[in-house]
Amino acid sequence: MAVQALKKPQPQPTGQSATLFTVVLRLVLLLAIDAFAIWFAVRAFGEGFASLGIVVTLIAAGINYIILVRDMYPLRWMLLGLVMMSMFAIWPIILTIFVAFTNYGDGHLLTKPQSIEQISKERYLPEGGTTYSWTGYTNENGDYALWLQNAAGENYLAFPGVPLIPASEATDATDFDESGIPNEIGDYTRLNAIRIAADKNIPEIQFGSELDGVKIRSASEAAQLQQKFVYDEANDTLIDQETGTEYLPVDGRWTARNGAELTSGYRANVGVNNFTRFFQSSALRGPLTRIIIWNFAFAFLSVFSTFALGLGIAYIFNDRTIPGRKIIQSFLLIPYTIPSLITILIWKGMFNNEVGVINRTLTELFNIAPQWTVDPTLAKLAILIVNLWLGYPYFFLICSGALQAIPSDLYEAAKVDGANAFQSFFKITLPLLLVAVGPLLVASFTFNFNNFNIIFLFIEGGPPIAGSLTRAGHTDILISYVYNLAFAAGRGKEYGLGAAITIVIFAIVAIITLFQFRYTKMWEEVGEGV
Amino acid sequence: MSNLTFKQRRYLSYTIRWLVALILIAFAIFPVLWILSTSLNPSNTLATASLIPKNIGLDNYRTLFNTPETPFGIWIWNSIKISSITTVLSVTITTLAAYAFSRFRFRGRETMLKGILLIQVFPGLLAMIAIFTLVTQFEAIVPAIGLNTHAGLILVYLGGAMGVNIWLMKGFFDTIPRAIDESAMVDGATHWQTFSQLLLPLMRPILVVIAILTFIGTYGDFILARILLKSTDQYPLMVGLFIYTSGQFSQKWGPFAAGALLGALPIMIIYLLLQDQIVGGLTQGAVKG
Repeated sequence: MAVQALKKPQPQPTGQSATLFTVVLRLVLLLAIDAFAIWFAVRAFGEGFASLGIVVTLIAAGINYIILVRDMYPLRWMLLGLVMMSMFAIWPIILTIFVAFTNYGDGHLLTKPQSIEQISKERYLPEGGTTYSWTGYTNENGDYALWLQNAAGENYLAFPGVPLIPASEATDATDFDESGIPNEIGDYTRLNAIRIAADKNIPEIQFGSELDGVKIRSASEAAQLQQKFVYDEANDTLIDQETGTEYLPVDGRWTARNGAELTSGYRANVGVNNFTRFFQSSALRGPLTRIIIWNFAFAFLSVFSTFALGLGIAYIFNDRTIPGRKIIQSFLLIPYTIPSLITILIWKGMFNNEVGVINRTLTELFNIAPQWTVDPTLAKLAILIVNLWLGYPYFFLICSGALQAIPSDLYEAAKVDGANAFQSFFKITLPLLLVAVGPLLVASFTFNFNNFNIIFLFIEGGPPIAGSLTRAGHTDILISYVYNLAFAAGRGKEYGLGAAITIVIFAIVAIITLFQFRYTKMWEEVGEGV
Repeated sequence: MSNLTFKQRRYLSYTIRWLVALILIAFAIFPVLWILSTSLNPSNTLATASLIPKNIGLDNYRTLFNTPETPFGIWIWNSIKISSITTVLSVTITTLAAYAFSRFRFRGRETMLKGILLIQVFPGLLAMIAIFTLVTQFEAIVPAIGLNTHAGLILVYLGGAMGVNIWLMKGFFDTIPRAIDESAMVDGATHWQTFSQLLLPLMRPILVVIAILTFIGTYGDFILARILLKSTDQYPLMVGLFIYTSGQFSQKWGPFAAGALLGALPIMIIYLLLQDQIVGGLTQGAVKG
């Protein structure tokens, strides 16, 4: 009966309540959304973000479908959530996969058309070309200007970065001499031949704009600059006008046949290059192997230590007759109530090598001062101690509950059979407990596997691994290494490689989660639950 | 074995347990005591020999609010602003979606519910490069939601609004008998009216719990804020506190301690006041569902 009621079609999807006003309101709203989406997508394509343009268009199409098709009524309730999820949860995952197969990073930040545009702006001083005779000017600020005369006798005024100004428009040029050259231009005064010969700046300056740039070639002659690289669309090459060298696009770099490369590269598909670099480059492999080993060790040791301590405490204080048990419990749960980031930073201060309270106490008592942030092993130990402090209350809570659930007659039966306390713990308590908290242990492992906060906030992955190709530290885990590759200041950014490592993390997390689902039969339960 | 020795053994066991408890409690509360002591010690070093500083003063708290390079007041305000807006929007999204999942039967419903769980396996933290790239692209198109804006950061947080909380909330909607809805609809109420006037008031306890959890989660985020926000006066509290402890600000531990204490206080109070409700609210759903 109840099932039937559930399956019954909804009595009034929209029809009954849809007054003219709400229909009009909905259409106006949809029009506004569409207008914004179209504008956004066009801008995205214009900026060269084709993928973003496509995603926005798809999302907008989805919104229209859901709002206009009557059957989609239930989805209208979650429209905003779906849009946010598509844009900021699903699309980033797909984008990560895309980026992993490119060389996106410093030197490869531009798209190919942008890079051609960039390179086409470069100018050179040709042997021939349009020439001018010139006169130099300077003002009190040390700025320069040129008065140019071409072969046809036409006069121009030239400032750096501004298009050439025809003499007729150069109104502030005054005090002309007999050959029609002014002595004053605004606050600029004419330079004499001796000063020009001594001036080292003036031959370096490019006058005029990017398109009509002029440079001084000799004491009497200035010449129009020419575009150095011209893009040959038919052959997809850039040709150096000065030397005639041809540059071919190779893996996101413009490369000549002799191997010379232009500095401005572009984002290109490099296939599985980012993944195979691990095997090809030993400078990369060395640190990365260490990071992977430590990553697993860190996650395992963290789960093990927090679980062991949590269980131990729960076991010791399981006896409800202990006086003051409630007070002990509230004190032991204190770490749980402080935001973990703040705790990590507090521990960072306590572990400070010079002024930290831990080293001061150790110096006073034993006259030793361990270098927590310098020695790799000590740094790892410190991280595990901090993580133990952060993590044990959770397992204490969980295990307290689980221990209560184990029937006490099991222990009595064991006692009758002559089992001692150790035997009954390892043969009864632990196996039963593991069944209950097993999934939580797996979840805790996955969480710690990507526990960026403790690694980064406590020590920023340090101390650094010497001789590493990219920034890597002894306590770095994969996710903090990805952060280093993409965001660490002062180093070349390697978005492509970072995304490739992210894919590897995805794979590891996915395998663990699959195992968890299998192990706990969670998926089946999920299927029943809905 | 006489009754007396049994009793003695029992007291011995209690004593040992209490001794263990004292050691553990020392481990648990030491950082809290230390931060309190450092924050009250005006000499601005960590080098306090005793836990109780010789001369107690509020200098660090004054420094905290009066240093223009590290505007602590602005950071707290940013954190509260970002977390509150995210919480309101996120809970709205979650509640509306959970209502639809609970009350309507439509094609793809089960797939969507499972898909929501699957996406949670890959938290936003992992896709940080892609999210940074995406927000950089936004910057070129609509600077108001680009890098270094709170709006951009909040949008990214909202990407996670369709998460496990939907399952939690849906469980609660499922516990409310459908007869209530149906009788309202017979009286001519629309879905919206039923939802907003009948069901929502009944959902208040779980709404509060989910709102608190969302607020605490957003308040404690570091990495996304660190990547997407660039200027000091845009930082939330967590990124700001990190600055105090990193080399570039020469590790001002005194003001840091004061800031850490003030920053942790709201969350600690929420936990202590509402611990029973948070735990109770969560388990209640499991029992009833």
